[in-house]
Amino acid sequence: MSLHIVVCAGIVPDPLQTLEPVAGPKGPALKNEMMLPAVLDPWSASALYEAANLVSKNLAGKIWLVSLGSKAKLQQVMMTIAQKVGFELIAIDSPTTGFADAHATAAALAEAIAAIPGLDRSKLLLFGGWESASRGAGVTLQIVGERLCIFDQFMGVDQIDMREDGSFEVLERVEGGKHQTSVCTGTPAVLGWATGNLQEPRNNPQMGMANMRTVMPALQKAKPVALGGDAGLQYLSASLPTQQRQTRVVKDMAPEAIAQELVEWMGAE
Amino acid sequence: MSPHENTAENNPPEIDRPSIEADIACVGFGPATGGFLTTLNRAWIENPADPAFESRVAPGLPIQVLCYERADDIAAGVSGVVSAARGIRASFPDLNPAEIPMAVPVKSERILYLLDPIGASRRPWLLRIGDRILSALSATLGVRDYAYELPWAPGFLHKTGGLVMSIGQFNQWVGTKLMDSGLIQIWPAMPVSFPLFAENANRTGDQVVGIRLTDQGVDKHGQPEPEFVAGMDVRASLTIVGDGPFGPIGTAIDKRMGMPPGHDKREWALGMKFVIELPAETTLEAGTVWHTFGYPEPEIFGFLYVHPDRLASVGIFVPSWLDDPARTVYRYLQHFIQHPALWRYLKDGTLRSWGAKSLDESGQHGEPFLAGDGYARIGEGSGSTNMLAGSGVDEAWTTGVQLAEAVIELLHNRRSFTQENLSATYEKRRRASWVEYNARNAINGRNGFHIGLVPGLIGMAMAGITGGRLSLAASIPPAHKQIKKSRAQSLKDLKRRETAMLAVEDGRPLHEALMSARGWPEIDFDGKLLISQQDALLMGGKVQAIPGFANHVIFRDAGLCIHCDDKTCIAMCSGQALTLGSEGAPVFEREKCVHCGGCLWNCTRADAEGLTNIEFHAGAGGFHSVEN
Repeated sequence: MSLHIVVCAGIVPDPLQTLEPVAGPKGPALKNEMMLPAVLDPWSASALYEAANLVSKNLAGKIWLVSLGSKAKLQQVMMTIAQKVGFELIAIDSPTTGFADAHATAAALAEAIAAIPGLDRSKLLLFGGWESASRGAGVTLQIVGERLCIFDQFMGVDQIDMREDGSFEVLERVEGGKHQTSVCTGTPAVLGWATGNLQEPRNNPQMGMANMRTVMPALQKAKPVALGGDAGLQYLSASLPTQQRQTRVVKDMAPEAIAQELVEWMGAE
Repeated sequence: MSPHENTAENNPPEIDRPSIEADIACVGFGPATGGFLTTLNRAWIENPADPAFESRVAPGLPIQVLCYERADDIAAGVSGVVSAARGIRASFPDLNPAEIPMAVPVKSERILYLLDPIGASRRPWLLRIGDRILSALSATLGVRDYAYELPWAPGFLHKTGGLVMSIGQFNQWVGTKLMDSGLIQIWPAMPVSFPLFAENANRTGDQVVGIRLTDQGVDKHGQPEPEFVAGMDVRASLTIVGDGPFGPIGTAIDKRMGMPPGHDKREWALGMKFVIELPAETTLEAGTVWHTFGYPEPEIFGFLYVHPDRLASVGIFVPSWLDDPARTVYRYLQHFIQHPALWRYLKDGTLRSWGAKSLDESGQHGEPFLAGDGYARIGEGSGSTNMLAGSGVDEAWTTGVQLAEAVIELLHNRRSFTQENLSATYEKRRRASWVEYNARNAINGRNGFHIGLVPGLIGMAMAGITGGRLSLAASIPPAHKQIKKSRAQSLKDLKRRETAMLAVEDGRPLHEALMSARGWPEIDFDGKLLISQQDALLMGGKVQAIPGFANHVIFRDAGLCIHCDDKTCIAMCSGQALTLGSEGAPVFEREKCVHCGGCLWNCTRADAEGLTNIEFHAGAGGFHSVEN
């Protein structure tokens, strides 16, 4: 069955850099965010790789990557992503940060998706990360789905298996480290991915250069959008999670005893 | 493909390689290529319909320009960070430094001679006498915190009107502007392994017809694994080589085409720096520039540059003419920042980033052929650095601009990129410019250091003040001969060596043990600014290397390594990527390599042709911090 998969993927500052929240004139921001290189949001990246895998397994389908960010940073990120999977880019030019309002972001994404020429809603799977690496609110994709009137939604997905009759089985993460199995009668549907089960595809320069022939024009055509809708949204504070470190070096302690002590320590915290 | 095409060495011809065509292929994205692409891009933006900019390989499309950078990100570069910015400002007349993160105009400059508060450095007797005089007259001469500020500095050392910058951020800023236009593609994390050669049209020699990207999906020995992707060939009528002083493409071209008579790269330095967040109460202002000499060893020059937002770049240069085989850098840097004159400002600071790179200090002595059929050399690898003034970034940028102007001229006149045409345009521009003028003045400016430190300083002053008309003559040996063999010259030396060997038996690197034996105190790690070298890789440089690439540091003959007593390559390795293996030969871990190139010129073993035992190939990974 031919699928139309739209992957919503934001870009976030490279987590390997030094990231510090600061109070900016318009609310919280990251210190020197403009100087930080960006990567594709890791959760969304998993979604993209799963999309590519699904299309290759089903031997039919098309992938669009919808991404909102500043054009220059989008191009830098695409230089890497375009080497891994094939897609058609729908770029939205907007200087956004991890503190952007989820509703405003979702509105811009939904509008861009609705305008994709040739998109067949009856074949549509809307993929994305179940939350973003920037703030982890976990609502943007769901709002995009609602705006597009797609009400079959699955969050924390690690696996999808298509069936011949067009239905599909989904594994979603639930408490206790388990998965819930659901069966959906068919598309359209929204899937917010967790990590999935695939390795990150290797860079393939030839694929990258072939992709860039369409990605570059898409970036040039990117519509500038000013995210609105911040009225009523007020950040009271932002801080990094505090580190806890209690290291003890032991000798001749059985692994079971070490594990027991760790379990008790985690339980106590 | 020409029947005489000679693809790169060491690649089995039976691998089916993908191939694409471009009009211009650039190797390396740094200040030089930044200058080239900025100038070319600007000309295209002014008149995109100009037929000169129509692609010859993709008719109907604009000129196809592909730039390949080895590092993970174009912002991950490491280089000097104070520049007169003459060429840069010429390209950006309305430049507002505030647009470039970490950039600020130079506000004040000082040159400090640092005395040794510990008494461990190897100082010649003349310097010791000078130190005693300074100490005795400290109140009169204004010696404070074991530092004497020179009351006057010659003009050639000043960077008045210049900029303090982060090279990583400057590259990022330039790259962003370029990618905004859509003409230029800059590909990070794409190392280039070899140039592609073919016989030239006149059959009189070789031409460069493009480049080959590095194979991926291989084990560390370069053998294909299941995810193997053969490095793509990028064929282009012009290859711009801006891959730095020891880049594999420049090195391969030098080997194939030879060097101009009498030219050789014999002088190097390893520059290593910390980027430090200064304490909140700091009194150091953004734009402050200090140059130092005298400590931790007399041969080691140092610097402190203050960026906005309480950030400071603090570092040292360990030169090839520091002849101690146990020379090293990281620990010396830690002693440098703890010198009283600096420590009073840096104490309680936080390490933000760390980096290291080799600098080609040969100047015009090491200048290669600037252009050939199908290629041109720009930047530090083309010998543009002015070692008298300690200036390289602006010179590199300007050579890129000069090449772009030449290329635009050739495109307009529909002339091909032959050696003759490039020489008549690019080389002509360069020889007529201030880059050449200053390079000529500087050419013998540092010869004196091969006689001794004091003659070196005198020679620099002579050359700088007289515009190169007066300088000291000296014979400059190859880098591997500048390292003296270690031998105990006195009972004291012998005892030190014995103490060091005891520490080595406990697993300590020899150079570390020797430094301690000489009286350098152990570093008191605080986990914030004074950290171990391994922690600096992670906390500072954020060094990493994705799997699937071969080792890029190769020891040609392990037997030579086993019999080498000094193993200076291990001592000088910036990232401790080289360690002593159980069989007595160095072991290389690419995940720790920061691609500084230090190993390359710190090998004491060479063959009859002068090639040392270490090869430095193209490789991925390295720094990942963008605050360098």
